[in-house]
Amino acid sequence: MSATIETPRSGRIAPQYRRSKGNGGSFEMIAWLFMRLSGIVLVVLIFGHLFVNLMVGQGIHAIDFGFVAGKWASPFWQVWDLAMLWLAMLHGSNGVRTIINDYAERNATRMWLKGILYAAAAVIVILGTLVIFTFNPCPVVNGVPLPGGFCPAP
Amino acid sequence: MTTEMAEPASRIDLAPGIGGGGEIPSFDITLRVRRYNPEVSAEPAWDEFSLTMYGTDRVLDALHKVKWEQDGTLSFRRSCAHGVCGSDAMRINGRNRLACKTLLKDLDTSKPIIVEPIKGLPVEKDLIVDMEPFFQSYREIMPFLISKGHEPTKERLQSAEERERFDDTTKCILCAACTSSCPVFWTDGQYFGPAAIVNAHRFIFDSRDDAGDMRLEILNDKEGVWRCRTVFNCTDACPRGIQVTKAISEVKQAILNRKI
Repeated sequence: MSATIETPRSGRIAPQYRRSKGNGGSFEMIAWLFMRLSGIVLVVLIFGHLFVNLMVGQGIHAIDFGFVAGKWASPFWQVWDLAMLWLAMLHGSNGVRTIINDYAERNATRMWLKGILYAAAAVIVILGTLVIFTFNPCPVVNGVPLPGGFCPAP
Repeated sequence: MTTEMAEPASRIDLAPGIGGGGEIPSFDITLRVRRYNPEVSAEPAWDEFSLTMYGTDRVLDALHKVKWEQDGTLSFRRSCAHGVCGSDAMRINGRNRLACKTLLKDLDTSKPIIVEPIKGLPVEKDLIVDMEPFFQSYREIMPFLISKGHEPTKERLQSAEERERFDDTTKCILCAACTSSCPVFWTDGQYFGPAAIVNAHRFIFDSRDDAGDMRLEILNDKEGVWRCRTVFNCTDACPRGIQVTKAISEVKQAILNRKI
Protein backbone atom coordinates (compact mmCIF):
# COMPACT_ATOMS: atom_id res chain seq x y z
CA MET A 1 0.00 0.00 0.00
CA SER A 2 1.35 3.38 -0.83
CA ALA A 3 -0.08 6.79 -0.16
CA THR A 4 0.56 9.87 -2.18
CA ILE A 5 2.61 12.26 -0.12
CA GLU A 6 2.60 15.85 -1.23
CA THR A 7 5.76 17.86 -1.50
CA PRO A 8 6.49 19.50 1.80
CA ARG A 9 6.14 23.29 1.99
CA SER A 10 4.33 23.51 -1.33
CA GLY A 11 2.16 26.22 0.21
CA ARG A 12 -0.98 24.11 0.17
CA ILE A 13 -3.18 24.11 3.22
CA ALA A 14 -5.42 21.21 4.12
CA PRO A 15 -8.95 22.30 3.14
CA GLN A 16 -10.39 21.93 6.64
CA TYR A 17 -8.03 24.65 7.88
CA ARG A 18 -8.99 27.21 5.26
CA ARG A 19 -10.66 30.07 7.03
CA SER A 20 -13.76 31.46 5.39
CA LYS A 21 -13.25 35.17 4.88
CA GLY A 22 -14.57 37.12 7.83
CA ASN A 23 -18.20 38.18 7.66
CA GLY A 24 -17.08 41.59 8.84
CA GLY A 25 -18.79 43.40 11.65
CA SER A 26 -18.00 43.04 15.30
CA PHE A 27 -20.65 40.55 16.34
CA GLU A 28 -18.21 38.39 18.29
CA MET A 29 -16.82 41.43 20.08
CA ILE A 30 -20.31 42.63 21.03
CA ALA A 31 -21.24 39.12 22.19
CA TRP A 32 -18.08 38.96 24.32
CA LEU A 33 -18.77 42.36 25.85
CA PHE A 34 -22.43 41.51 26.43
CA MET A 35 -21.45 38.38 28.37
CA ARG A 36 -19.35 40.45 30.79
CA LEU A 37 -21.82 43.29 31.26
CA SER A 38 -24.95 41.13 31.50
CA GLY A 39 -23.10 38.91 33.97
CA ILE A 40 -22.48 41.83 36.32
CA VAL A 41 -26.08 43.07 36.05
CA LEU A 42 -27.44 39.52 36.54
CA VAL A 43 -25.54 39.10 39.80
CA VAL A 44 -27.42 42.12 41.20
CA LEU A 45 -30.79 41.13 39.70
CA ILE A 46 -30.69 37.47 40.75
CA PHE A 47 -29.45 38.03 44.28
CA GLY A 48 -32.00 40.85 44.69
CA HIS A 49 -34.70 38.49 43.44
CA LEU A 50 -33.63 35.70 45.79
CA PHE A 51 -33.38 38.06 48.76
CA VAL A 52 -36.81 39.60 48.25
CA ASN A 53 -38.54 36.29 47.56
CA LEU A 54 -36.88 34.03 50.09
CA MET A 55 -35.66 36.16 52.98
CA VAL A 56 -37.65 39.38 53.40
CA GLY A 57 -40.66 39.16 55.75
CA GLN A 58 -41.94 35.61 56.13
CA GLY A 59 -39.48 34.58 53.47
CA ILE A 60 -40.01 31.38 51.56
CA HIS A 61 -43.23 30.54 53.45
CA ALA A 62 -44.98 33.55 51.97
CA ILE A 63 -44.56 32.46 48.36
CA ASP A 64 -47.86 31.59 46.73
CA PHE A 65 -50.03 32.76 43.86
CA GLY A 66 -51.00 35.85 45.77
CA PHE A 67 -47.36 36.79 46.42
CA VAL A 68 -46.54 36.63 42.71
CA ALA A 69 -49.71 38.50 41.82
CA GLY A 70 -48.83 41.20 44.32
CA LYS A 71 -45.33 41.54 42.94
CA TRP A 72 -46.42 41.80 39.35
CA ALA A 73 -48.97 44.43 40.17
CA SER A 74 -46.01 46.78 40.59
CA PRO A 75 -44.29 48.07 37.43
CA PHE A 76 -40.98 48.00 39.32
CA TRP A 77 -41.03 44.22 39.70
CA GLN A 78 -42.37 43.81 36.17
CA VAL A 79 -39.32 45.63 34.82
CA TRP A 80 -37.01 43.77 37.24
CA ASP A 81 -38.30 40.37 36.15
CA LEU A 82 -38.34 41.35 32.49
CA ALA A 83 -34.70 42.45 32.67
CA MET A 84 -33.81 39.25 34.49
CA LEU A 85 -35.61 37.11 31.90
CA TRP A 86 -34.05 38.78 28.88
CA LEU A 87 -30.54 39.07 30.25
CA ALA A 88 -30.47 35.54 31.65
CA MET A 89 -31.86 34.02 28.45
CA LEU A 90 -29.50 35.93 26.15
CA HIS A 91 -26.53 35.34 28.47
CA GLY A 92 -27.25 31.62 28.78
CA SER A 93 -28.03 31.13 25.08
CA ASN A 94 -24.88 32.94 24.05
CA GLY A 95 -22.89 30.76 26.43
CA VAL A 96 -24.36 27.61 24.92
CA ARG A 97 -23.75 29.05 21.44
CA THR A 98 -20.04 29.38 22.17
CA ILE A 99 -19.97 25.86 23.61
CA ILE A 100 -21.57 24.54 20.41
CA ASN A 101 -19.05 26.48 18.33
CA ASP A 102 -16.20 25.04 20.38
CA TYR A 103 -17.31 21.43 20.54
CA ALA A 104 -19.36 20.63 17.43
CA GLU A 105 -16.93 19.48 14.79
CA ARG A 106 -19.12 19.39 11.71
CA ASN A 107 -20.87 22.41 10.24
CA ALA A 108 -24.16 20.53 9.87
CA THR A 109 -24.20 19.47 13.56
CA ARG A 110 -23.35 23.01 14.53
CA MET A 111 -26.18 24.45 12.44
CA TRP A 112 -28.77 22.06 13.84
CA LEU A 113 -27.78 22.51 17.47
CA LYS A 114 -27.75 26.28 17.13
CA GLY A 115 -31.10 26.23 15.33
CA ILE A 116 -32.69 24.28 18.18
CA LEU A 117 -31.03 26.57 20.72
CA TYR A 118 -32.26 29.77 19.07
CA ALA A 119 -35.79 28.39 18.69
CA ALA A 120 -35.93 27.33 22.36
CA ALA A 121 -34.56 30.68 23.54
CA ALA A 122 -37.04 32.62 21.38
CA VAL A 123 -40.01 30.61 22.68
CA ILE A 124 -39.02 31.13 26.32
CA VAL A 125 -38.27 34.84 25.94
CA ILE A 126 -41.52 35.57 24.05
CA LEU A 127 -43.66 33.45 26.36
CA GLY A 128 -42.07 34.92 29.48
CA THR A 129 -42.48 38.50 28.27
CA LEU A 130 -46.11 37.77 27.43
CA VAL A 131 -46.77 36.37 30.91
CA ILE A 132 -45.16 39.33 32.70
CA PHE A 133 -47.28 41.88 30.81
CA THR A 134 -50.58 40.03 30.42
CA PHE A 135 -50.65 38.41 33.85
CA ASN A 136 -54.15 38.60 35.27
CA PRO A 137 -54.42 37.77 38.97
CA CYS A 138 -58.19 37.41 38.73
CA PRO A 139 -59.13 35.37 35.68
CA VAL A 140 -62.86 35.49 35.03
CA VAL A 141 -64.61 32.94 32.81
CA ASN A 142 -68.28 33.60 31.86
CA GLY A 143 -68.56 36.13 34.65
CA VAL A 144 -67.36 33.66 37.32
CA PRO A 145 -63.89 34.13 38.85
CA LEU A 146 -61.80 30.98 38.58
CA PRO A 147 -60.98 29.28 41.89
CA GLY A 148 -57.52 30.17 43.22
CA GLY A 149 -57.67 33.57 41.64
CA PHE A 150 -56.56 36.65 43.53
CA CYS A 151 -59.47 38.99 43.13
CA PRO A 152 -60.06 42.30 44.90
CA ALA A 153 -62.79 42.04 47.49
CA PRO A 154 -66.13 43.03 45.93
CA MET B 1 59.58 47.15 22.16
CA THR B 2 56.55 45.69 23.83
CA THR B 3 56.88 43.22 26.55
CA GLU B 4 55.01 40.07 25.85
CA MET B 5 52.32 39.14 28.27
CA ALA B 6 52.63 35.75 29.78
CA GLU B 7 50.09 33.51 28.16
CA PRO B 8 47.58 32.00 30.58
CA ALA B 9 47.85 28.32 31.05
CA SER B 10 45.64 26.52 28.58
CA ARG B 11 45.47 23.48 30.74
CA ILE B 12 44.96 23.33 34.44
CA ASP B 13 45.59 20.13 36.28
CA LEU B 14 43.08 19.52 39.01
CA ALA B 15 43.83 17.47 42.04
CA PRO B 16 41.89 14.22 42.01
CA GLY B 17 38.46 14.62 43.59
CA ILE B 18 38.16 18.31 42.76
CA GLY B 19 35.81 19.51 40.06
CA GLY B 20 33.41 17.47 37.98
CA GLY B 21 30.07 16.22 39.16
CA GLY B 22 31.13 12.69 39.88
CA GLU B 23 29.34 9.73 38.35
CA ILE B 24 26.20 10.68 36.40
CA PRO B 25 23.34 8.50 37.59
CA SER B 26 21.83 6.25 34.96
CA PHE B 27 18.39 4.69 34.86
CA ASP B 28 16.22 2.58 32.59
CA ILE B 29 13.24 4.11 30.87
CA THR B 30 10.50 2.97 28.56
CA LEU B 31 9.59 5.33 25.76
CA ARG B 32 6.11 4.93 24.22
CA VAL B 33 6.03 6.71 20.90
CA ARG B 34 2.98 7.24 18.71
CA ARG B 35 4.02 6.10 15.26
CA TYR B 36 2.27 6.89 12.00
CA ASN B 37 3.42 6.08 8.51
CA PRO B 38 0.83 6.64 5.79
CA GLU B 39 2.87 4.48 3.39
CA VAL B 40 2.44 1.45 5.63
CA SER B 41 -0.84 1.93 7.45
CA ALA B 42 -3.49 4.59 7.71
CA GLU B 43 -3.80 3.82 11.41
CA PRO B 44 -1.37 5.20 13.98
CA ALA B 45 0.24 2.68 16.33
CA TRP B 46 2.24 2.77 19.58
CA ASP B 47 5.83 1.54 19.78
CA GLU B 48 7.76 0.93 22.98
CA PHE B 49 11.52 1.29 23.36
CA SER B 50 13.58 0.35 26.40
CA LEU B 51 16.63 2.52 26.95
CA THR B 52 19.31 3.14 29.54
CA MET B 53 19.66 6.88 29.90
CA TYR B 54 21.60 9.27 32.12
CA GLY B 55 20.55 12.00 34.52
CA THR B 56 21.74 14.67 32.10
CA ASP B 57 19.69 13.34 29.19
CA ARG B 58 16.62 14.96 27.72
CA VAL B 59 13.68 13.39 25.91
CA LEU B 60 15.38 14.45 22.68
CA ASP B 61 18.46 12.38 23.62
CA ALA B 62 16.21 9.37 24.16
CA LEU B 63 14.61 9.90 20.72
CA HIS B 64 18.10 10.22 19.19
CA LYS B 65 19.21 7.03 20.86
CA VAL B 66 16.18 5.21 19.46
CA LYS B 67 16.74 6.61 15.98
CA TRP B 68 20.50 6.00 15.92
CA GLU B 69 20.66 2.66 17.67
CA GLN B 70 17.29 0.90 17.56
CA ASP B 71 14.89 2.07 14.87
CA GLY B 72 16.12 4.40 12.15
CA THR B 73 12.62 4.89 10.77
CA LEU B 74 11.53 7.00 13.76
CA SER B 75 10.88 10.50 12.43
CA PHE B 76 10.87 13.76 14.32
CA ARG B 77 11.95 17.35 13.76
CA ARG B 78 14.84 18.98 15.55
CA SER B 79 17.38 21.56 14.55
CA CYS B 80 19.31 23.36 17.25
CA ALA B 81 18.44 20.92 20.07
CA HIS B 82 18.82 23.73 22.61
CA GLY B 83 15.37 25.27 22.90
CA VAL B 84 15.85 28.10 20.44
CA CYS B 85 14.71 26.93 17.02
CA GLY B 86 11.29 25.64 18.08
CA SER B 87 11.37 22.52 15.89
CA ASP B 88 10.79 19.77 18.43
CA ALA B 89 7.56 20.69 20.19
CA MET B 90 5.74 17.47 21.04
CA ARG B 91 3.26 16.09 23.50
CA ILE B 92 5.22 14.47 26.32
CA ASN B 93 3.15 12.70 28.98
CA GLY B 94 0.12 14.66 27.78
CA ARG B 95 1.78 18.08 27.96
CA ASN B 96 3.13 20.15 25.10
CA ARG B 97 6.82 20.76 25.61
CA LEU B 98 10.09 20.94 23.73
CA ALA B 99 11.81 17.54 23.70
CA CYS B 100 15.16 19.35 23.97
CA LYS B 101 14.18 21.19 27.15
CA THR B 102 12.60 18.30 29.04
CA LEU B 103 15.00 16.35 31.24
CA LEU B 104 14.15 12.68 31.63
CA LYS B 105 14.93 12.81 35.34
CA ASP B 106 12.12 15.36 35.80
CA LEU B 107 9.58 12.89 34.41
CA ASP B 108 8.20 9.83 36.15
CA THR B 109 10.67 7.21 34.89
CA SER B 110 8.87 4.35 36.66
CA LYS B 111 6.14 4.55 34.03
CA PRO B 112 6.50 4.63 30.25
CA ILE B 113 7.16 8.13 28.93
CA ILE B 114 4.51 8.85 26.33
CA VAL B 115 5.57 10.89 23.32
CA GLU B 116 2.99 12.01 20.74
CA PRO B 117 2.90 14.59 17.96
CA ILE B 118 1.30 17.93 18.89
CA LYS B 119 -2.48 17.88 18.56
CA GLY B 120 -4.72 19.72 16.14
CA LEU B 121 -2.41 19.72 13.12
CA PRO B 122 -2.35 16.97 10.48
CA VAL B 123 0.30 14.34 11.24
CA GLU B 124 2.65 13.66 8.34
CA LYS B 125 4.82 10.96 9.85
CA ASP B 126 5.45 9.84 13.44
CA LEU B 127 6.09 13.06 15.39
CA ILE B 128 6.12 15.35 12.36
CA VAL B 129 3.03 17.45 11.76
CA ASP B 130 2.06 19.73 8.91
CA MET B 131 2.79 23.22 10.26
CA GLU B 132 1.35 24.99 7.22
CA PRO B 133 -2.03 25.96 8.81
CA PHE B 134 -0.12 27.32 11.80
CA PHE B 135 2.18 29.43 9.64
CA GLN B 136 -0.73 30.58 7.48
CA SER B 137 -2.34 32.19 10.56
CA TYR B 138 1.04 33.67 11.44
CA ARG B 139 1.38 35.19 7.96
CA GLU B 140 -2.13 36.61 8.10
CA ILE B 141 -1.35 38.90 11.03
CA MET B 142 1.53 40.46 9.04
CA PRO B 143 4.46 39.75 11.37
CA PHE B 144 6.72 42.49 10.04
CA LEU B 145 7.28 46.18 10.67
CA ILE B 146 4.94 48.45 8.72
CA SER B 147 5.65 52.16 9.04
CA LYS B 148 4.09 55.19 7.43
CA GLY B 149 5.89 58.31 6.30
CA HIS B 150 9.45 58.73 5.17
CA GLU B 151 12.20 56.29 5.84
CA PRO B 152 14.33 57.65 8.66
CA THR B 153 17.98 58.31 7.86
CA LYS B 154 19.08 56.66 11.09
CA GLU B 155 17.76 53.86 13.25
CA ARG B 156 14.20 54.08 14.62
CA LEU B 157 14.62 55.09 18.24
CA GLN B 158 12.49 53.82 21.06
CA SER B 159 12.55 54.38 24.81
CA ALA B 160 13.25 51.56 27.22
CA GLU B 161 9.62 51.75 28.44
CA GLU B 162 8.26 51.53 24.89
CA ARG B 163 10.42 48.48 24.28
CA GLU B 164 9.36 46.92 27.57
CA ARG B 165 5.69 47.14 26.53
CA PHE B 166 5.98 44.20 24.12
CA ASP B 167 9.14 42.56 25.43
CA ASP B 168 7.39 39.38 26.56
CA THR B 169 5.93 38.57 23.15
CA THR B 170 9.25 39.02 21.33
CA LYS B 171 10.40 35.76 22.90
CA CYS B 172 8.21 33.55 20.69
CA ILE B 173 10.07 30.84 18.75
CA LEU B 174 7.04 29.64 16.74
CA CYS B 175 7.21 26.08 18.06
CA ALA B 176 3.37 25.77 18.01
CA ALA B 177 3.26 24.33 21.53
CA CYS B 178 0.66 26.96 22.51
CA THR B 179 -1.60 26.76 19.47
CA SER B 180 -1.62 22.95 19.54
CA SER B 181 -2.49 22.93 23.26
CA CYS B 182 -5.56 25.11 22.74
CA PRO B 183 -8.87 23.18 22.95
CA VAL B 184 -10.56 25.75 20.73
CA PHE B 185 -7.93 25.12 18.04
CA TRP B 186 -8.36 21.34 18.39
CA THR B 187 -12.04 21.54 17.38
CA ASP B 188 -11.72 22.69 13.80
CA GLY B 189 -8.38 24.47 13.37
CA GLN B 190 -10.14 27.67 12.32
CA TYR B 191 -9.06 29.77 15.32
CA PHE B 192 -6.05 32.00 14.63
CA GLY B 193 -4.41 30.48 17.69
CA PRO B 194 -2.32 31.90 20.52
CA ALA B 195 0.94 32.03 18.54
CA ALA B 196 -0.47 34.27 15.81
CA ILE B 197 -2.02 36.59 18.41
CA VAL B 198 1.23 36.74 20.41
CA ASN B 199 3.13 37.75 17.28
CA ALA B 200 0.46 40.32 16.39
CA HIS B 201 0.78 41.66 19.95
CA ARG B 202 4.52 42.08 19.40
CA PHE B 203 3.82 44.59 16.59
CA ILE B 204 0.53 46.11 17.80
CA PHE B 205 2.24 47.42 20.94
CA ASP B 206 5.48 48.41 19.17
CA SER B 207 5.70 52.22 19.09
CA ARG B 208 7.64 52.09 15.80
CA ASP B 209 4.87 50.23 13.98
CA ASP B 210 1.93 51.98 12.31
CA ALA B 211 -0.26 49.06 11.26
CA GLY B 212 -1.67 48.17 14.67
CA ASP B 213 -5.19 49.05 13.52
CA MET B 214 -4.95 46.68 10.57
CA ARG B 215 -3.83 43.82 12.80
CA LEU B 216 -6.56 44.54 15.35
CA GLU B 217 -9.11 44.47 12.52
CA ILE B 218 -7.76 41.08 11.38
CA LEU B 219 -7.98 39.66 14.90
CA ASN B 220 -11.51 41.05 15.39
CA ASP B 221 -12.56 38.23 13.03
CA LYS B 222 -15.02 35.63 14.28
CA GLU B 223 -12.08 33.21 14.47
CA GLY B 224 -9.91 35.85 16.12
CA VAL B 225 -9.26 36.79 19.74
CA TRP B 226 -12.91 36.41 20.79
CA ARG B 227 -12.64 32.62 20.48
CA CYS B 228 -10.15 32.63 23.36
CA ARG B 229 -11.81 31.15 26.45
CA THR B 230 -8.88 31.96 28.77
CA VAL B 231 -8.16 28.28 29.36
CA PHE B 232 -4.48 29.12 30.04
CA ASN B 233 -3.25 25.94 28.28
CA CYS B 234 -1.10 28.14 26.05
CA THR B 235 0.54 29.91 28.97
CA ASP B 236 1.29 26.54 30.58
CA ALA B 237 2.65 25.09 27.35
CA CYS B 238 4.93 27.95 26.28
CA PRO B 239 8.55 26.77 26.60
CA ARG B 240 9.67 30.40 26.67
CA GLY B 241 7.42 31.34 29.56
CA ILE B 242 5.47 33.94 27.59
CA GLN B 243 2.30 35.10 29.36
CA VAL B 244 0.26 34.12 26.31
CA THR B 245 -3.23 34.45 27.78
CA LYS B 246 -2.32 37.88 29.15
CA ALA B 247 -1.12 38.98 25.70
CA ILE B 248 -4.40 37.78 24.14
CA SER B 249 -6.37 39.73 26.76
CA GLU B 250 -4.36 42.85 26.00
CA VAL B 251 -5.21 42.49 22.32
CA LYS B 252 -8.92 42.09 23.23
CA GLN B 253 -8.67 45.22 25.33
CA ALA B 254 -6.99 47.11 22.48
CA ILE B 255 -9.77 46.12 20.06
CA LEU B 256 -12.43 47.25 22.55
CA ASN B 257 -10.67 50.56 23.23
CA ARG B 258 -10.43 51.22 19.53
CA LYS B 259 -14.09 50.43 18.81
CA ILE B 260 -15.65 52.12 21.80
